[in-house]
Amino acid sequence: MANTVDLVWLVVALPLAGFLANGWISFFRPQAKRAVSVIGVGVLVLAFVVAVAVVRAAAGVEPAWFFVVKLWTWMPAGNLVIDVAAQVDRLSSVMLLVVTGVGMLIHVFSVGYMREDPGYARYFAYLNLFVFFMLVLVVGASFPVMFVGWEGVGLCSYLLIGFWFTEKANADAGKKAFIMNRIGDFGFLVAMFMIFDATGSLSFREVFESAPVHFAVGGTTITLITLALFLGCAGKSAQIPLYTWLPDAMAGPTPVSALIHAATMVTAGVYLVARSNILFAMAPLSSAVVAGVGALTALFAATIALKQWDIKKVLAYSTVSQLGYMFLGVGVGAYTSGLFHVVTHAFFKALLFLGSGSVIYALHHAYHHTHAHEDAQDMRNMGGLAKYMPWTAGLMWVATLAIAGVPGFSGFFSKDEILARTFARGAEAPYFYVLWGMGVVAALLTAFYMTRLMLYTFHGPNRTGERERAHLHEAPWVMTGPLVVLGAGSLFAGVLNLPEVLPFSGRLEHWLEPVTEAGAVYLPEAHLAHGTEWALLGLATLIAAAGMAGAWRILKPGSLVPARVAPAEAGWRLLLSRKYYVDEIYGALIVRPLVWVSDRVLWKVVDALVIDGAAVNGSARTTQLVGWIGSRLQTGRVGAYVLLFVVGVLWLLRAVAGQGS
Amino acid sequence: MLLQPALVVSAVLFALGVAGVLLRRNAIVIFMCVELMLNAVNLTFVALAQQLGPEGQVVVFFVMAVAAAEAAVGLAIVIGIYRHDQTLDLGNINLLSG
Amino acid sequence: MITGLFWAFSGIAILAALLCITRKSPVASALWLVVTLFALAGDYVLLDAQFIAVLQVLVYAGAIMVLFLFVIMLLNLGRSGTRTDIKGWMGRVLAAALGTALVLELLPLRDLGPPEQIRIPAGTLATLAETKGAVGMIAEPLFKAYLVPFEITSLLLLAAVIGAVVLAKRKL
Repeated sequence: MANTVDLVWLVVALPLAGFLANGWISFFRPQAKRAVSVIGVGVLVLAFVVAVAVVRAAAGVEPAWFFVVKLWTWMPAGNLVIDVAAQVDRLSSVMLLVVTGVGMLIHVFSVGYMREDPGYARYFAYLNLFVFFMLVLVVGASFPVMFVGWEGVGLCSYLLIGFWFTEKANADAGKKAFIMNRIGDFGFLVAMFMIFDATGSLSFREVFESAPVHFAVGGTTITLITLALFLGCAGKSAQIPLYTWLPDAMAGPTPVSALIHAATMVTAGVYLVARSNILFAMAPLSSAVVAGVGALTALFAATIALKQWDIKKVLAYSTVSQLGYMFLGVGVGAYTSGLFHVVTHAFFKALLFLGSGSVIYALHHAYHHTHAHEDAQDMRNMGGLAKYMPWTAGLMWVATLAIAGVPGFSGFFSKDEILARTFARGAEAPYFYVLWGMGVVAALLTAFYMTRLMLYTFHGPNRTGERERAHLHEAPWVMTGPLVVLGAGSLFAGVLNLPEVLPFSGRLEHWLEPVTEAGAVYLPEAHLAHGTEWALLGLATLIAAAGMAGAWRILKPGSLVPARVAPAEAGWRLLLSRKYYVDEIYGALIVRPLVWVSDRVLWKVVDALVIDGAAVNGSARTTQLVGWIGSRLQTGRVGAYVLLFVVGVLWLLRAVAGQGS
Repeated sequence: MLLQPALVVSAVLFALGVAGVLLRRNAIVIFMCVELMLNAVNLTFVALAQQLGPEGQVVVFFVMAVAAAEAAVGLAIVIGIYRHDQTLDLGNINLLSG
Repeated sequence: MITGLFWAFSGIAILAALLCITRKSPVASALWLVVTLFALAGDYVLLDAQFIAVLQVLVYAGAIMVLFLFVIMLLNLGRSGTRTDIKGWMGRVLAAALGTALVLELLPLRDLGPPEQIRIPAGTLATLAETKGAVGMIAEPLFKAYLVPFEITSLLLLAAVIGAVVLAKRKL
């Protein structure tokens, strides 16, 4: 069935074709919205169908199927030969389905959400381009091809975050995301150089197969490589210290946040770590760093999410926090668990974002009707919306229960698995108990802030405003439809990988075994007794219940006032609502010194004096001077020329004769 | 063996041609001096052909053809310049002055 | 005997060349140049290059020099009373000095001669001229090894003819 697998190029090419078509339309027929919808959504549906066919065909081949579909040779340079090739194995097939599947739903949602935007065609062009690059990232069979996708999604992220670029804040958010990502990309590049230096190859297959030959377990080289790779991941997947771009990225349209900043792009880092699992497994120190940064990010972001008022900001920090979980998972060597959380998170976080998009859409329209200039994203302006938007509210509750870790929902299984695997590693070093503790606290906070979000948004009295209330209504079916599908995913995705103590356990685990077994060799056998596993499941249930009940008891939606008249925060609330002043600290420590150096040293001295003055104008003046001297020689008198010519000939002749004799 | 004398004569004739170019101002006379130099070189070729085979004489044949072409074009230019400036004194023709 | 004859022709050639570059009138210069060319033709005969000698007389002394004289006459440069075109004393000294320097530098080169290995035995050319004829001796390499350059020369001459017409004509 290898022929069907070869069609993987089609999965990647379809969104590109959609981008080209929509890009053309956005320039020449910006009002042809029907065509844009058909093309934009159609290519994703087709891509999803082809992806399913490809994965089915590939899965029929046993055992441990692994396909590399070479399209053409990209860079033949000496002993470096890079092919543009797609790799279809069990890992990339999971991502392939998630990206095309969730991407498809979000495209459908966007049809409703962006319906009245003048940049409709441009929006879909960007969205298709993003999916194209994301697929390149996922199926790329070598580091450089993956890097193309890696950079491409960064570019699309920039384009989509700054989609409403007429407002400076949005454009700035786009730039911030881009620059933060660049810092990470630098790490990725350095890692690539080092890998090539060490192994002489950059294709995944060769690097991973020859890794045990070239690297010593725990050696300096492998540690540096993996740390550099992780720097790339931290940028792309918004981990400490490079996470600050993601909350700002909420400036883009909400479906974009769902697609890029929840379901696909930000998980690229986790994907990369899982893909390079053998490298990370061979570098215990780097893995510990990954796990530590992940746990820290999970806890840190969760605390910030406690006091955000902007509904999307809460979800943004929640995303950062959940990404922290994923890194905790892949850091402790539970690559399957990390990827499992990627999948479940893709469902419930996409659902949450799209649901919040639906809410924002409703509020925006209500305010639009009455020409009020209120913040449609501030939860203080919401409240009691369950009455007006029952579908959205119900589905978002599903997602909330999933992310909070209520038993039976998908998030429960994936999150519990990560924590359990972390706990299991505790037997070898207490460090992992600390990480586990942080993860548990973060889980408690997650349950709390998500309940808070739901309470403030959908329950209690409505604070939108008397006149606007009449205009609040449920979003059209084209928006709620995808929510229903995602809700089903949030509910049932957990069965993909049930814990060992339940029947039908570990399906994804077995599925990914051919990919993770390479790294598993280097990991300590961490096994939990059934009793411990049950205890951990129970604890997770308890934590989720405690968080939600706590939020229910402590928070009083009735006492909230609209954002316009809300009092200023104080004390630790202020600290949290200002996100620990991290942006300000970065600004003072990095941005301002950098600006100062750029302005005073690089611009006024290096650029203006050295480059412009000495190099550019200096070389021009030198050329002019030499030219002037040369022009003095051009007397136009043939006699003078002949004289010089003869003298030159005499001189040459002397030299030649001197040589000859 | 006439090689050595021929080379000496050739050298002297060539030097006279160079001296003529340096000495004269009239374009046509300079032209004639150039012809003189060409002939000096021809003499070298012919003399060396005695030792290296008849190909040397073939080269002289080509030199003559080129000299004929050069004379035709060169003299046409001279006529053109004279028509334009009413002079052939190279001291007065300095359009290339920088 | 041949050496003496050679020196006689050469002496005439050098003397005529000297006169050529020192005569005031262009017409005189041209005529002295013709003498040089004739003398050189004599040298060529002594150097076993009879065909070249004939060409020298026909093409050089005949066609080319006639062309020169024709242009001189056409432009009326030969009339008496025109100021000399010979440079002042500085030019003369320079010309003499550089000419002498050139001779002094060229003379030592005559000892360098071609290397022994590629020389043909003395008298080969004379024998060749007897067996193949003075023209046949040249014709063979000219139309075999040098055929392409020969054809290119014809193109060159055609270009020169067209060029000369274009340049000299007042109006096309």
